[in-house]
Formats: sequence, structure tokens, C-alpha cells
Amino acid sequence: MATDARRAVEAVWRIESARLIAGLARMVRDVGLAEELAQDAMVSALEQWPEHGIPRNPGAWLMTAAKNRAVDLIRRKQNYQRKLEEIGRDTEHDHVADAADRVGEIDDDLLRLVFTACHPVLSTEAQVALTLRMLGGLTTDEIARAFLVPESTVAQRIVRAKKALAKAGVPFEVPAENERDARLSSVLGVIYLIFNEGYSATAGDDWMRPALCEDALRLARVLAGLMPREPEVHGLVALLEIQASRAKARIGPNGEPVLLLDQNRARWDQLLIRRGLAALAKAESLGGAGGPYAVQAAIVACHARARVPEDTDWTRIAGLYEALSLVAPSPIVELNHAVAIGMAFGPEVGLELVDELVGEPALKEYHLLPSVRGDLLAKLGRHAEARVEFERAAGLTRNERERKLLLDRAAAC
Amino acid sequence: MRFMVIVKANEDTEAGAQPSEEMLNEMGAFNEELAKAGVLLAGEGLHPSSKGARVYFSGDKRTVVDGPFTETKELIAGFWLLEVKSLEEAVEWVKRVPNPTGEESQIEIRQVFTEDDFVNASEEMKDRERQLRAENEARANG
Repeated sequence: MATDARRAVEAVWRIESARLIAGLARMVRDVGLAEELAQDAMVSALEQWPEHGIPRNPGAWLMTAAKNRAVDLIRRKQNYQRKLEEIGRDTEHDHVADAADRVGEIDDDLLRLVFTACHPVLSTEAQVALTLRMLGGLTTDEIARAFLVPESTVAQRIVRAKKALAKAGVPFEVPAENERDARLSSVLGVIYLIFNEGYSATAGDDWMRPALCEDALRLARVLAGLMPREPEVHGLVALLEIQASRAKARIGPNGEPVLLLDQNRARWDQLLIRRGLAALAKAESLGGAGGPYAVQAAIVACHARARVPEDTDWTRIAGLYEALSLVAPSPIVELNHAVAIGMAFGPEVGLELVDELVGEPALKEYHLLPSVRGDLLAKLGRHAEARVEFERAAGLTRNERERKLLLDRAAAC
Repeated sequence: MRFMVIVKANEDTEAGAQPSEEMLNEMGAFNEELAKAGVLLAGEGLHPSSKGARVYFSGDKRTVVDGPFTETKELIAGFWLLEVKSLEEAVEWVKRVPNPTGEESQIEIRQVFTEDDFVNASEEMKDRERQLRAENEARANG
């Protein structure tokens, strides 16, 4: 019975925590403190709910508990009177207002929380940890397991991040118009990074950590609800929905990775594909077809639309990579462009482009460069050279499953 | 985890009664809340069973029976597909479904089967199943 209640509290937490923290942060103007107050309220819930049952409106219960605690804390601080008045005023409003009337206000608070968690004064690692913690409702332990680091490391990261925000005097607000685009792109970057960490686990025995992908997808959907007029947010949602649709097909019976063109497309999740295509259409209808995420989504959409690999429109994909290299240039995009060109116009042409990238310093340790080169060489019948490339790629990857796949390919040459 | 949340029919839904404006507003707000929380994958309401049909199976025989069907409580009036972490989370959401008229009704929560759940199926069987599903879906998508 106690376990059931605990699981129920966890479920409420997952639904309510972000709104709770966001609402508290507006009152106390300090996200670190808001998060602690919310955690304290959660502890009270864990103590009381198993005995008295879950309240009819658990969100309001948690908010009241957290505010009472805030009043206690502030009573001990200097600016006691002013803060207390602020909180008292907010508390009254919250009690009488119906949840439906406050949707706009909650959305504003949540947006402020998103931008604060991804603030540029924080390191990327700290942004990721804070976002998962404050917006995803994950525990420190869950974040630690997802990123294969000790729990104490994550806890420390969060403490430092909160201090950094306080020290820099980061205001709890949505950035002004002139810096909004840059700030939004760092928010999108954090969510995409979380998804990618789950989708192609960079290290360890697992090829994928699906829970992390689900968390990122959920965050992206939440963001789309908060910023419905931003085309790139829909572009990111489209990209993630379509990539997630392939999750099951990317893993073979023994946990090994299965490459895109070898995947059983019957295993692709059609519901997620439809949602992804709809989100892409939304991004395009808002005039965002050329944004980096929308372009990447358009690329994965080409794969999603092909019933069999032979139907893939590689010419279009090559064109989209070219467009992507203009808005988000990177050697990795060039490499993918080369792959698409190779598929559209033959492996010789692809290899020529890849060879131009061989001296690229940024790709020196990147296992996919020799892997792609090996693939093109194998297609050209240059098996001995291909073998060397696959072996080099195997030596560079930090993922065990992928290493095995690459060594198998080397052996097959 | 994916759950199908099934809204059971009642006399009103079976009679094809239009929901009141209040009901539509509250349901609309609730759906928006689900979507904004990132958990709503899909959801639809169903016409009364009088507009549907059943196909009964017995050996090779197929018998078609047109609606309406009598066991109102066993019928479905609509559904949501939710993607959440646990059954408890699905339950928490369903507890929040508005019930403006205060009438008695019930909502059932069922986890959606994925191929991982078919422990007795061979890889070959799973592949066939997937193939069929894909063809099915391709047809449905036109």
C-alpha cells in the first residue's frame, strides 16, 4: 500500500512539478529556492498522502504546502515584510482562481523557467541537468543513471548551477525580443541534446536509453504548447517525433544497432510519423521551412515517407543537406551531405566528397567518418581499404554495441 | 508507456445527444492541458453504436449485425491515447477528466500492447505481424 502511494505521489510530481516550481519562482524570484520549496512540499506529500490519501487537487495541495514553507523561510530573512506581502497576495489569488483561468499565467511562468534553466551563464551540462530536474520532473538519481555518472556528480552540478544563476543575478523572465532568437536556439539545443543522448548513447553498453528520448520528446511537445507561433519549436518536435518513430527498429534481437537502410520499416511507429509530419507542416506553414530543425525534420521525413529503402528520395535529401549546410554549417553536415550524394549519384561521387573531409580536424576522432568511408569503399568493391576504415571506426567509437557492429562489417569485407 | 483511456458509453452518448456547451468547453480545456503537458498522442469521440456494426465469427462463418447494441455499459464512446511514465500517471490524468453534469460514468485505462509484450512469438512471426501492420497502415494512409 505504501509503495502504491509512493508511486502515486511520483505520478503527481511528474505532472505538477514544473508548474509548481515555475509558480514558486515567480513569487520568490529565485529558481533555486523555488525548486527546494517544491521538493520540501513533495516530502510532505510522501509523509502525509499514504496515510490520508491523495487530495482531490494535488497540485493545489503541493502549492499551498510549498508557500507555507516559503513564508516560514522568508520570515527569517531581512526583507521579510515586503516578501511576505508578495507571497500573501499571490496565495490569495491562487486559492480563489480556477485552474482554467490561470492557464496563461502558468504558461508564462513555465516559459520563464525554461529560459532560466537554459540560461547562457550555465554550462551545457548544467543546463541539461536543470532542465531535466525542473521541467522534466526527473530525480537526481534518474538523471545520473541516464548520463552514466554518479548521483553525487549530478547533485553537485545542480547545486552549482543554482548558485551560478543566483550569483549572476539572472532575472526570472522571458528574454527580450533582441536576444530571444539566440536564447530560444539554446533551449532547443538542450532538448535536442537530451534526445540524442538517449537516441545514440555516446558511451556504455546500451545503444539507446529510450526513457531519455521520451523525456526530451515530452519537453519539446510542452515547449510547442508554450510557444505555438515559433516555427523552429515545431521543427524540433517534428524531428524528434520522426526519429523516435524508428526507435524499436534501430535495435536488433540481441541489442545490436540496426542501420537506417537495414531497418524493418514495418516496425516504425506510424502514429509518431504522422505526428511528426503534422508538426513539420506546422513549422512550414509558420514560414519556418528553412530553420535548422525544420530542415533536419524534412530530411527524416523523406525517410519516413519511403515505404521501402529503394523509394528514398536521395536527391531531395542531398538538396536538404545543402540547405542545412547554409543555415547550420558543420563538418558532420558535410559528411551526411556526402552520404546522400553518394546514394543519389553513386559511391564514387560520395567518396570524392568524403575524401575532402579526411583532413578536417573536427572529424579527427569522429568514428562515422571512417565508417562512411568504409561503406563507400565497400560499395566500390575496394574491400581491403574498406576493412581498414571499419576497423579504424571501431577503434574510435565509445559505444560497445556499435563497436561490435563495425568489427562485424570489417570481418565481412 | 502508452495507454488507451476508454470512455464508456452511457444512455446519452448512445442516444447521440450533443454534448452541452459547458461540457465542450471543459473537455476542450482538458484536452489542451493534456496536449500542453506533452502526453496526448491522439483522441477521438465515437458516434453511437446505432451507426456501427459488428461482425460475428464462428469457424469460417461471418455474420454481420448492425447496431445499435444493447449492453450500453460495455460500449465505447471515445478514447484518448496517452504517453506517460506509468499506470499511476495515467490514473492521475484520468482523475482530472471533467464531469460537469455529475452523472455516473466510467473511464477505463488499458496499456497498449507493443510487440515487446508478445513473449511467445518467434522473430519470424513478429516480422510477419509487422509486415501486415505496415501494409494495413499504408492502406489506411492512402
